[in-house]
Amino acid sequence: MARSYRLSLAAGVALVLGAHSAAIAGGPSDDKLVIDGEMEIMTRVAPPEGHPLDEVISGWHYRTEETRDLEADSFQNPGMLYVERGEEIWNTVEGDAGKSCASCHEDGAEFLKGIGANYPKWNAGAGKPFNIELQINQCREENMQAKPYKFDAADQKALTTFIKHQSIGMPVELDLTEGDMKSWWDKGEELYYTRTGQLNLSCATCHEDYNGNYIRADHLSQGNVNGFPTYRLKQSAMVSLHNRFRGCIRDTRAAFPAAFSDDLMALEVYVTWRGSGLGVETPAVRQ
Amino acid sequence: MANPKPRVKVPKKASKGEVITIKTLISHPMESGQRKDKQGNLVPRQIINTFKCEFDGQLVFECDMDPAVSANPYMEFNAKVENSGTFKFTWVDDDGSVYETEKKITVE
Repeated sequence: MARSYRLSLAAGVALVLGAHSAAIAGGPSDDKLVIDGEMEIMTRVAPPEGHPLDEVISGWHYRTEETRDLEADSFQNPGMLYVERGEEIWNTVEGDAGKSCASCHEDGAEFLKGIGANYPKWNAGAGKPFNIELQINQCREENMQAKPYKFDAADQKALTTFIKHQSIGMPVELDLTEGDMKSWWDKGEELYYTRTGQLNLSCATCHEDYNGNYIRADHLSQGNVNGFPTYRLKQSAMVSLHNRFRGCIRDTRAAFPAAFSDDLMALEVYVTWRGSGLGVETPAVRQ
Repeated sequence: MANPKPRVKVPKKASKGEVITIKTLISHPMESGQRKDKQGNLVPRQIINTFKCEFDGQLVFECDMDPAVSANPYMEFNAKVENSGTFKFTWVDDDGSVYETEKKITVE
């Protein structure tokens, strides 16, 4: 009799634990991301053709309520400080040609609208896809005769954030028919599913198979990149996409490729495509 | 962020006796003084140590900050306004710099 009582008590405990873990690992939140109560951002969309998941979900849904609120108020969002700084850089003359970004692209806000939503783009001259950082550096070298930014220079992150922010709310859409984009997409897909490092993890292990679950204290998202550069509370600073890629690969305990290398550019093309249709959130706020 | 730059949000208009919400944010690294650089030397502390809000010379809100406060400190508080006037906001840096900004409000 005593034994059966203990058994049923154990079963009761298991039930309670089960219910509890379901509540904390409840997958993405059901909230809507509305910035300043005015602009709704598409954070849950139907996937593009050939996508392995049923629904494409922004990483915003996987964060805590407090973090989600920070992004929904453009005044509280610390990333907006970098947007303002980026605008100053946009209008600042640098280099031997005596030009700023604004010297050529006169109406910055109008010119930039939508640009950030369509990068990376095929660059015929270079024969590879260019992201915004590479495009900025090409402009600096060829048109401004200024030094290209080093990877993750503070000004590079601020200017990239400003440029991408001009497309806020617009759907991410890549043109894979241009140039050789498709073969870079293929290469990116292969990298996405290749297990690396001592922990033997691929991108897909966490972000496709286990998104919505916890890895230690971290709630795994689908790994979409529509909010990059992103303000990460952990760093108290903007984090670029290639910095995040390298961080993820490092966490699998693998050697990580250089920023803007062919491997990471291919991965950027593929991962950006996986988030097709999501609204640009830059500057997103994450953990 | 090179130069700390304050941002403040105060409603432009309010009715007499209304309780308004004031939001402030300043860009600042809030270097805690606990971190070490690549050579192993301590990075000297540099934080904003005091924040103050005054309304026409009358103190509305004041606080001290310590090294545990994150970069880019955000403050939100309420104030009851009885007449039109000017809010003055002051941040004091460890290096002695003082960052100031003002916002006018019209009470109808």
